[in-house]
Order: sequence, then structure tokens, then C-alpha cells
Amino acid sequence: MALPVVSYLKLPEDGDPYIEGHKCSNCGSVFLGERSVCSNCSSRDTMEAVKLNNKGKLYSYSIVFRSFPGIDVPYISAIVDLDGGGTIKGNLIECEPDPEKIEFDMPVEVVFDDALGRKDADGNSYISYFFKPVN
Amino acid sequence: MSDVYVLGVDMIKFGRFPERTVPDLASEAALLALDDAGLSIQDMQALYCGNLGQASAMVGQRVLQEIGQTGIPVVNCANACATGATAFREAWTSIKAGLYDVVLAVGVEQMGKGLLGGGGAGKGIPKEGLLGSGTMPAVFAEAGMEHARKYGTTFEQFAKISVKNHHHSTMNPKAMYRIETPLEEVMNAEMISYPNSKLMCSVNVDGSAAAVLVSEKKAKELGMERAVRVKASVITSDPYQERDLVMPDVNTCTRKAAREAYEMAGIGPEDLDLVELHDCFATAEMLHYENLGLCEDGEAGRMIDEGEVALGGKIPVNVSGGLLSKGHPLGATGIANIYEVCTHLRGEAGERQVEDAKIGLTHVIGLGSACGIHILEKT
Ligand SMILES: [Zn+2]
Repeated sequence: MALPVVSYLKLPEDGDPYIEGHKCSNCGSVFLGERSVCSNCSSRDTMEAVKLNNKGKLYSYSIVFRSFPGIDVPYISAIVDLDGGGTIKGNLIECEPDPEKIEFDMPVEVVFDDALGRKDADGNSYISYFFKPVN
Repeated sequence: MSDVYVLGVDMIKFGRFPERTVPDLASEAALLALDDAGLSIQDMQALYCGNLGQASAMVGQRVLQEIGQTGIPVVNCANACATGATAFREAWTSIKAGLYDVVLAVGVEQMGKGLLGGGGAGKGIPKEGLLGSGTMPAVFAEAGMEHARKYGTTFEQFAKISVKNHHHSTMNPKAMYRIETPLEEVMNAEMISYPNSKLMCSVNVDGSAAAVLVSEKKAKELGMERAVRVKASVITSDPYQERDLVMPDVNTCTRKAAREAYEMAGIGPEDLDLVELHDCFATAEMLHYENLGLCEDGEAGRMIDEGEVALGGKIPVNVSGGLLSKGHPLGATGIANIYEVCTHLRGEAGERQVEDAKIGLTHVIGLGSACGIHILEKT
């Protein structure tokens, strides 16, 4: 069985994958990953797990032409603000790596797929998330 | 509380010295700074040593083992690219606190070639190129594109920053590179992470820099002619920002540090004659014109277009050549930029001298994040 690439990607047995946030009930800040104290307002025990939206808008990006050995380039490294709160970073796929073709605030959707065939030392495969433009 | 003065300061010419050791590089700068102050290691009451690569290897003590084991307190510090500035500030703090009258601050780094950042093995599988990029050129490209989304800043405007800093470096004998890079060359260089081409990324080099800091009492005793007054010393960490988790924020901690530094110095950005700021990438320099209040928000592109930040302009930025061309030995950078500003305030900068310079500002950012700002004044 494939594992989630990060702890905040949830793969429920009986439902679709989703990104989990932890939201502070005092100030509304949304974090990725479990925590007990809010780093914005310092409240304790105000964190609630929430399912983040899988629709969002492109906030910023870079087109990466040089990376570490073995990493396929070019690709678009994208920062996406999810509708309703939370910001995540990932690869923007199915979009030409050309600044002329990439627009700020373009609507994107979070999709889930195999982690580009990457496996860990024990041979486990992984599920990752990607961004896809919404037409 | 006593005012604090820089009595001696110097740096080695940045370059690649794989055959040398970290303490050896640091010792060279330390001796240069001591000579500049006309003092000996025997006169120093404490040593503050900044280095990242060997942060757990007692670099400061190994420096004293090379140049004089006097038994003084040594503090080794690491704070990403703000490491040198942090060592300098610790030295400043000790004099402010009245503990010492004469202390030494050293920053040093020996770097490999190649990309910084990214990787982050951790558990599971590598995330580079899967969950975007963690390489430094990409992270700072994304920060620059945030400026582009707000103000329409162009690739060409970012590239002009690199043209300017490379031009400045032709006048600095201590810079790693001293070559002109015309706009077409910068824009057509290998693209690393759009909009940062290869010539828009700082140069990984080995280097060291050091400063002798003294109390007012000591400065008066030893002679004020070449002393430089430290008007403000500020370090901040990154206040909470909503995109923190995926997008390191170099703006908020810089704005906070700038605000506090101007207040401490009792001046405003309009009083500055030169600035050495953290141009780890061309995209980063653009952000800091606004973060440091050199112009209004949204005016940074115009500033570079109109040459206001070039030598001879309204407020020259990175006349040393900056990290882009002088080079960026992480732990040394924060003291090397203090050397640059002091050299102008002393009127000893030769061909690149900013005319009649009286007050200058240095700025560094360590991602993760730390911002260090110093304001220096001619005596
Ligand atoms: Zn909160």
C-alpha cells in the first residue's frame, strides 16, 4: 500500500485523499501538520484538524531549470493559496513552463497521484499531491 | 551605556581556497583587523566567532590556537546567513553591557560549489522536484515573483540589479569576480530558477572578515580618527505570516529590523549615504529597497531603472559588488559588509568611494529566518 508523501496528506481507506490543516480556533491561522500551540497567537489547545479545500489559486511560482542530480527539469515550483484558507507548495503540472503561460491567481486544483515513481529504502511507494490548472 | 566603535576592520579577498582550513582563513582576517586597530590579540577581552559549516567544531578556539591562546571567553555562533552579523552584535552587546572595552568579532566560511538548500532527506522519499523546489534560487525566485504579482516587476528589472552589482565589483580589489556583465549577458545566462539566471545568483566563495569593537572610553584613549560609531545594532526573527510554512518571509523580519534600527540610530532612511544589503539573489535585492525604506512600496523597479541605487545615484546599494559578485561566504558576509561601509565612512574606498559618506547601513538575512541590521556613522 502506498504511503502519503507528507504527514498532512491523508489517505482515508473509505474516501478520497485530502490535505489536512490544523486551524487555531482562537485566531483562525491554518497550519500544516499536527501541533498543540499556535505560533501566531500562542494559544494552547486551540488546534482543530480541518480538511482543506482542493481548489485554490496560484500565489507565486518559479520555473526550475537547475535542481539536484537526478531531478527532472524544467518544472514549475508553485505556491497555492487554497480556497477557504491554508497555503501549500508543490509542482504545477499540465502547464507549460513558460512565464507567458502562467498567470498569478490562475485557478488550480489539487490532484493526487503516485510520487513520480520514487520509492524509499524499504521499497515503499508514495502518493503525492500536484496542482493542475482548472480551465 | 557606552557608545560602541569599530576601531579596526578588514576582510580577506574572497576566493576559493580548498587547501586552507576554516580557522586559518579566520585567523588571517583577525590579524588584519587587529593590525588595522593597531592592537594585538593580547589586548582582546573576548572573541565572538561566526561560522556555519563547522558550527559544532569550536572554530573560535581554533583561531586562538593559531594566533594566541590568551584564555579569553569565546562564543561560537551560527545564524544562517546572518551569522557574521550575529557575532558582531554579540560583541557589541558585551560592550554595551559594560562587560568589556575591547573585543574581537570574526566571521568565516569555506564553501563547496553548487546549489544550496532543497534536499532535506528526512523520512520517506526526497521531496525536491516533487513538492516544488527547496533550492535557494527557487525560494528567492518565488519571493521575487510575489513582488512581480503585486507591482508588475519584470525579469529585465531584476536582471539590471545584477548588471549594477557586477559593475560595482570591477572597482573592488577584494571581490571574487571583477567583470562587467551587460544586460543581455545576464538575461541570456543559463536560467537556474526563473527569474534568477546564473548571473543573478550569489557566488559561493571562501572568505573571512573581522572587526575590533571598543567602548567610547577605549576609542578616546586609542584615537578616534579612523573609528566608526555603531549607531544601531538590531537582530530580528521572523514574525508569524500566513504563508510561512511554505514560503520563507524575508520581508517582515527586515521591515521590523529596519524600523528598530532607524529608531535606535535616531535617523531615517533619507539620512543614509550608502547601503550594503543581502543580495543573495537579484530578486532579493529588489525586495529590500522597499523593506529598508529606501523607496515607497512599489517603487523598487523604478529605482533600479533610474539608476538611483548605483554608485553616483541617490542611494548607492552594494557598491562592493554585493553577494552577487564580491561573493557570499555565509558566515563572513555580515562582517564583510560592515567592512565595506566602514571603508567608505573612512574615505578609503578608492575608485568606488561614495562621495562624502557619513552614515551607512548593512543588512543580512539568514533564511529560517534571522535579519541583522547595523547602522554605522563616521566620527
Ligand atoms: Zn492562533
